[in-house]
Amino acid sequence: MPSDPLVAEHVLEFPGGYTRTTGPVIGRFLTELRDGRIVGVRTADDRVLVPPLEYDPATGEPVTDTYVQVGPAGTVLSWAWVETPRKGHPLDHPFAWGLIRLDGADTSLVHAVDAGDVKVMRAGLRVRPRWKPESERAGHITDISCFVPEVTTMVAHVRTEYRIQPGRSLARFLEGVRDGVFLAGRCTSCDKVYVPYRTTCPQCGSSIGEELELPDTGTVTTFAINNLPDPRAPEVPFVSAYILLDGADVPMIALMGDVPVRDVRQGMRVRAVWLPPEERTLSMGNIKWFAPTGEPDAEL
Amino acid sequence: MREVAVVAFAQTKHTGHDEGLTEPELISPVIQEVKRLSGLSRFGFTCSGSCDYLAGAPFSFVSALDAVGAWPPISESHVEMDAAWALYEAWVRLQHGDVDSALVYGYGKSSQGDLREIMTLQLDPYYLAPLGLDQVSFAALQASALGADPGALREIVRRSRADGRANPYALDLPDPEDEGYEVRPLHASDVAPITDGAAAVVLAAGDLARELVERPAWITGIAHRIEPHYLGMRDLARSVSAADAARAAGVGKGPVEVAELHAQFSHEELILTEALGLAPDTVVNPSGGPLAANPVMATGLIRIGEAAQRIIDGGAGRTVGHASSGPCLQQNLVTVLEA
Repeated sequence: MPSDPLVAEHVLEFPGGYTRTTGPVIGRFLTELRDGRIVGVRTADDRVLVPPLEYDPATGEPVTDTYVQVGPAGTVLSWAWVETPRKGHPLDHPFAWGLIRLDGADTSLVHAVDAGDVKVMRAGLRVRPRWKPESERAGHITDISCFVPEVTTMVAHVRTEYRIQPGRSLARFLEGVRDGVFLAGRCTSCDKVYVPYRTTCPQCGSSIGEELELPDTGTVTTFAINNLPDPRAPEVPFVSAYILLDGADVPMIALMGDVPVRDVRQGMRVRAVWLPPEERTLSMGNIKWFAPTGEPDAEL
Repeated sequence: MREVAVVAFAQTKHTGHDEGLTEPELISPVIQEVKRLSGLSRFGFTCSGSCDYLAGAPFSFVSALDAVGAWPPISESHVEMDAAWALYEAWVRLQHGDVDSALVYGYGKSSQGDLREIMTLQLDPYYLAPLGLDQVSFAALQASALGADPGALREIVRRSRADGRANPYALDLPDPEDEGYEVRPLHASDVAPITDGAAAVVLAAGDLARELVERPAWITGIAHRIEPHYLGMRDLARSVSAADAARAAGVGKGPVEVAELHAQFSHEELILTEALGLAPDTVVNPSGGPLAANPVMATGLIRIGEAAQRIIDGGAGRTVGHASSGPCLQQNLVTVLEA
């Protein structure tokens, strides 16, 4: 007795395929499919069967000879997701089987839905057929290659280009940043110090005449942890914080750095980290970020 | 209606692989066993259920007769269906009144081919088969239409496999673990395993049944119903045909102690339990059911055999055996057995 079992390959096949007659009802459906139309057949009690059958499954009565164009759009009633298609399946990438109620039909059609991603699939999804090219249609259920979801979103590209100037106040502030100082403005009527520097008081509207320099130290008043990449931040996640510079009455938004994200807190004392003087330009990029000073937290 | 009972039942120790036996070699031991159990060596009628596509050979059931012994010539028939329908044909034959005993058997070796794709060949050749819709895919469409609770399905699989491990004839399958989808929403463990096996039953009428065994399992109701084939013509979340068959067989006319259901996918048990109107205290598939062993074309007959064996053994007084055929529970046969 051999140790391995004796095994023979065996194939059952009708070479060239088995020729079937369609009869008038299925033949009509397949003929219309070849022409790129989907039809149902009307039953004696006025229901529309899609795909058409010769007899009404509900009553056993012959159907009428009235054919109704349906769809081509329809609604998925239920679905099953195939992650690994089989050789005989209509698509070679992951897809759904759907029971599709075509518009105008009273029954559902079984077909493949090429949704791209299982997350797209849901009961109620609107789908339309994707046809084979007309020259390849043969009067076969696969003349519809598959169904695809209706269009519900599109991408709109918007881009216009500008040349902008900072305005006088910001230009003055950036001069200060180039020189390594924060310039602020004091409203004499409100006795408030604004940074960045500005020429009018947003509270009372008076002109601001007094310019003063503030130190580059301050306190975190609030902050946010950002998980989406930003070209201005060194890594993700990063923290953007409101920093109340010492001597200012309004906070300034800036990046935090040199500190683990989880350690950032309200009241934390911080100092600006500057680029070396020779690399500085008229830009906020001169300040890499604010880093903790190590002092005890401030009361807010 | 003539009284007819199951008086003997035997099945193979099913395997999840090809044991290298021909079909007659697979069947012969269970035929011998039911002959021994019933004490009969000849039968008034013989009927079998099998599917030639499993072996890929036309009329393969004819050679299987070698296991029965067909000389001098016997009165024989075959259904290209689960052997539960062969049992139905035998029951009808016994109603004629001129013969008193029948041998019924079914067998299948689904290890030899790709069962999922062989089952595509049973679909209508115009609308469904050309799509390559395979067995797990159409079952998954039904599971999706039902929208069953995944936890409930997992529990059905766990219970079935545990019961199967306690059943010497079923496969030894582990508790289900976290696994990917076979075809979403079905996992591999929601699908009955590929199985080779066979089963046989002896039916006897009236006084002969009483002579042969102490407690015949009397068939007090048997009926089958069918629904439209095309999946889109049906409400897949319910089984109208199983409910109609259960009503016709009289399932609800008394308590059901044990129900053996031909659920080849976990969600089918939920659909069938509701369709048959089973009470919460009915024990479902104590054998492990098809999720623990699925020798295709014998699985339905085994449901009736298991349900009958509970009566014959004295463990139950009223049981139900259910068999199914076609895609998504298209056809359903319900048998009520009583002591």
